[in-house]
Amino acid sequence: MAKITFSTDLCKGCGLCVAACPKGLIVLAKGKLNKKGHAPAEITDQAACIGCAFCATMCPDCVITVEK
Amino acid sequence: MKTVFQKPKALTDAPLHYCPGCTHGIIHRLVAEAIDALGIEGNTVGVAPVGCAVMAYDYFSCDMVEAAHGRAPAVATGLKRAMPENIIFTYQGDGDLASIGMAETVHAATRNENITVIFVNNAIYGMTGGQMAPTSLPGQVTQTSPYGRDVKHCGYPVKVCEMLAQLEGPEYLARVAVNNVKNVLSAKKAIQKAFENQIAGKGFSLVEVISACPTNWGMTPQKALEWIDEKMIPYYPLGVYKDRSKEAGV
Amino acid sequence: MADKVLMKGNEALAEAAIQAGCRHYFGYPITPQTEVAAYMAKRMPKIGGCFLQAESEIAAINMVYGVASAGKRVMTSSSSPGISLKEEGISYLAGADLPAFIVNVQRGGPGLGGIQPSQSDYFQSTRGGGHGDYHIIVLAPSSVQEMADLTVKGFDLADEYRMPAMVLADGTMGQMMEPVTMGSYQPKTVEKPWAVTGTRMQRPHNIVNSLYLNPEELERTNFERYARYAVIEQKEAMYEAFLMDDADICVTAFGIASRVSRNAVLAARAEGIKVGMLRPITLWPFPKAPFAEAADRVSAFISVELSMGQMIEDVELATRCKRPVYLCNRTGGMIPSPEQVLAKIKEIAGGLK
Repeated sequence: MAKITFSTDLCKGCGLCVAACPKGLIVLAKGKLNKKGHAPAEITDQAACIGCAFCATMCPDCVITVEK
Repeated sequence: MKTVFQKPKALTDAPLHYCPGCTHGIIHRLVAEAIDALGIEGNTVGVAPVGCAVMAYDYFSCDMVEAAHGRAPAVATGLKRAMPENIIFTYQGDGDLASIGMAETVHAATRNENITVIFVNNAIYGMTGGQMAPTSLPGQVTQTSPYGRDVKHCGYPVKVCEMLAQLEGPEYLARVAVNNVKNVLSAKKAIQKAFENQIAGKGFSLVEVISACPTNWGMTPQKALEWIDEKMIPYYPLGVYKDRSKEAGV
Repeated sequence: MADKVLMKGNEALAEAAIQAGCRHYFGYPITPQTEVAAYMAKRMPKIGGCFLQAESEIAAINMVYGVASAGKRVMTSSSSPGISLKEEGISYLAGADLPAFIVNVQRGGPGLGGIQPSQSDYFQSTRGGGHGDYHIIVLAPSSVQEMADLTVKGFDLADEYRMPAMVLADGTMGQMMEPVTMGSYQPKTVEKPWAVTGTRMQRPHNIVNSLYLNPEELERTNFERYARYAVIEQKEAMYEAFLMDDADICVTAFGIASRVSRNAVLAARAEGIKVGMLRPITLWPFPKAPFAEAADRVSAFISVELSMGQMIEDVELATRCKRPVYLCNRTGGMIPSPEQVLAKIKEIAGGLK
């Protein structure tokens, strides 16, 4: 129903979105680094996303776009 | 599907230089969202401070001025007096607004200068590496208060909203925080109101935003947000301290 | 207003600023420039302008910075200790390439000093005044008419070269009453596409700024600014030569000191001493050429100053120390008398024989 996309190279891996997701769907990628050298946030189960945008609300770097 | 959340247009594409988990980025976004919502980007001029947000002029899409340390309210006064039809905002940290720029802050407030002031209070000087700020908490350990802020030696933190609320001048004074979704949404409303007040010609509107500095607090980003709840908000209670249109209390 | 009217120097300056198109004035009370603020407080509300008494000199100069950023003509005025406070803002104005007009009605220093006339801020104003590599244009009136004329000139030069300009006066110039003619000024109009007037969603955002974290960029900016200064030094230096054609001794002075010196030169001439005077009207750019040229013809220079000797260094530099430069001075708010200057001229002339 909802879709979130990450501007991965803007992510600083702070993890605020990870803590904000009520469904626990976001993780910091393991064994992957973005251009800045951070482990970027990614969604584990797109289909389970409810599009609440809590992740984007707490993201300091406008990494996340939410569609519903 | 339609987009329900994206980066506001009033922010440029320049990547923010702030540390991971620094909530300056959230506050920048809230300011930009207010500018977008009110459709005022084309006639808004922002004033950047000296401090972590010194390069805010690169991040906002509207015209920007970089002020000397603490002088943003005076610069904004000049801009507003020269262009009353434009929307003028300052974006300042605690050292800038509540220490070196205290006189400019108080006098812009007491003149009820028709500007919007975004005051980021993270209880520390971030840019210079974590020194004690005018808003550092009693006992808070910083680079220049390594044994904790001793209020007998260097005094108490400045509670800006409470202090300015004693003045007749200002229109709107509110303290918000950006440490969880609910608080961010309240902060967004307060910031938008501070711009709406200016558009309506109501006068000086200041929103104090309690913000996190994980790097200089020495915490993980998430722990820093929790520290806001545990330590900052009890000392700096959230709420509206002055709203002339409502004459509401705290 | 084209007729002659009797005005105080400070008021003539204020009226000229208005005629130059200045509609924003910010200041903080300090003796002896109060009349400028008082005049603006009366006039500005009647012509749709803005007079605002700031909470400090620091706030006033930063309000100036705001209006200048918006591309409008703006000024502040103060006296020596107040100018010291404004120097932070003046450095930022210079660093951000903003035009602004500043008046220093000097009083004795250092510190709180006194309230009597002085010229001891020569170094401060001609060397920039604040931190960093920069200059401001410095104009030194010696009559009420020049208080007015150089004010209009100052606004024009500031706009043309995108930098602060200052009238460096003193308590005497400010308080003195003389007939003055105004009303025929034709201030320049300069396009300011860099001003922060709002993008109107028609152009990329303008940024007024003096921060360059990349040292190469800051160096380049300073080089460019100094290239502009070189043009100013070449084109804008102003001075008056008085009885210099056959002079053997050159007196040099600006402002009130030049009025005293003029009388002394005439008295010395009456006694058969071949003496003339070079009066710098711009202190920065310093009129180097007439001094260099005079150094080939005269035997000595006498710098008459209301300070411990500050302009004397520029005279020595401009003449490459080819001839001796003597100092004839009072300081701390005291003014040299024509007799004192005449005595100095005679002493030097006597030594030359």
